[in-house]
Amino acid sequence: MGVPRDCDKMGRQDDILKGLQDWAGQFYGSGATVERLVRLSGGASQETWSLDVEHSGIVDELILRRVPGGVSVARNSEAIDLGTEAKLLGCAEHTVPTPKVLKVFDPSSEIGEAFLMNRIAGQTIARKILRDDVYENARQCLTAQCGKALSGIHAIPIERLPTLPKSGGLDQLAKYETIYRGFDIPRPVFELTMAWLKKNQPQPVDPVLVHGDFRLGNLIVNEHGLAAVLDWELAHLGDPREDIAWLCVNSWRFGQSQNRVGGFGHLNELLDAYEASGGQNFAADQIDWWEILGSLKWGIMCMIMYEAFRSGSDPSVERAAIGRRVSETEIDLLNLLETRA
Amino acid sequence: MHDAPSQKEMIAAVKAFIDDTAMPNLKGHAAFHARVASNVLATVLRELEIRPLAENDERERLSSLLNADQNMTISELNLKLCELLRQGELGLDTPGLLEHLKTTTIAQLSIDQPNYSGLPSD
Repeated sequence: MGVPRDCDKMGRQDDILKGLQDWAGQFYGSGATVERLVRLSGGASQETWSLDVEHSGIVDELILRRVPGGVSVARNSEAIDLGTEAKLLGCAEHTVPTPKVLKVFDPSSEIGEAFLMNRIAGQTIARKILRDDVYENARQCLTAQCGKALSGIHAIPIERLPTLPKSGGLDQLAKYETIYRGFDIPRPVFELTMAWLKKNQPQPVDPVLVHGDFRLGNLIVNEHGLAAVLDWELAHLGDPREDIAWLCVNSWRFGQSQNRVGGFGHLNELLDAYEASGGQNFAADQIDWWEILGSLKWGIMCMIMYEAFRSGSDPSVERAAIGRRVSETEIDLLNLLETRA
Repeated sequence: MHDAPSQKEMIAAVKAFIDDTAMPNLKGHAAFHARVASNVLATVLRELEIRPLAENDERERLSSLLNADQNMTISELNLKLCELLRQGELGLDTPGLLEHLKTTTIAQLSIDQPNYSGLPSD
């Protein structure tokens, strides 16, 4: 079983290397060489490769983002394609710390659908960022930096953006409710939450670019704080409060529940920095509805991952086990709803 | 029927094998999945301990909350609760509802994730 698969893998890596080498020769000149090409993550949605280009005694450190196998297939209907993601990074680079895109590969190229960007040094693992001494100074600055980055994302004029899906809070609620009902696994806390969210809809605000997954894990942090915002594939046009609240969802505080913002900061500080850098003035209680929606969404996402086990499409013990994390979001929802009773 | 070894003993033996023998010999992805497997067995052991009593209490609370027939099973009762919540017949202002859901969820988490940060810290 292993042999044909490994041959296939080697073939792909050789093709990628050759495609990158051809690009480097054109971009930097004929002496340039591609070194240390290594696959970093086996992300379900996109491949990430690390590589260095050596030219005239200089080393450029790069990242290749690539559709698995180089060919995009219909997957998460919400996720944008890689070409759109590359365009978004270009739109965001003046107002948000992001990697710089150097080259977008055509889906018909040797490499397949992919883009190259510069590699930014730092940490993405939440538990290290929240606990290691080396990030103590970073933790002090991170809340204000995230407020500024979020206002930078939300300020990008819509007319400059590539075509993106539109998704407001009620659209998302309807979508996740349909998924939940399809599983036929009744959960009273989710029923209470969905009924409450429908009954207490917030006043709509003008749609903006929403990152869609702004949280530790998708942020590069160095000893000075926020170095880059990654993983834009859930970007859409929607409500700015969605991004602010998603960062507050208890699941993304990684055990540091006392700090509402990502396990490291306080919401008022984030909202002050957001407004000071040009964002709208939101009060803390305007974030609550969106945080409740966020916890519900994450709970149903855990059910989706468990469903992959139940249906047999991914029989791993890990997919089975994640079904027993849904109750985490139930206690989070009850803690949030209790203050509204 | 015999219970030597008991369910608990058999699961504990498999968990000890994973922890002490299999895991140290595995690397990368396989080692990760072995750790998850060991955690799943720990969940099963907690469930054997906690669930019978917790589920019995849940059933009694549901019966009185819904004023329901004593013969209804726990899944029928929960289905009924879900319907009433969905229709808005019951909600946050229903006396006893939040307390019931909280007690049930805390019992569930004491099996699923007993160290979760969202649990009350008393």
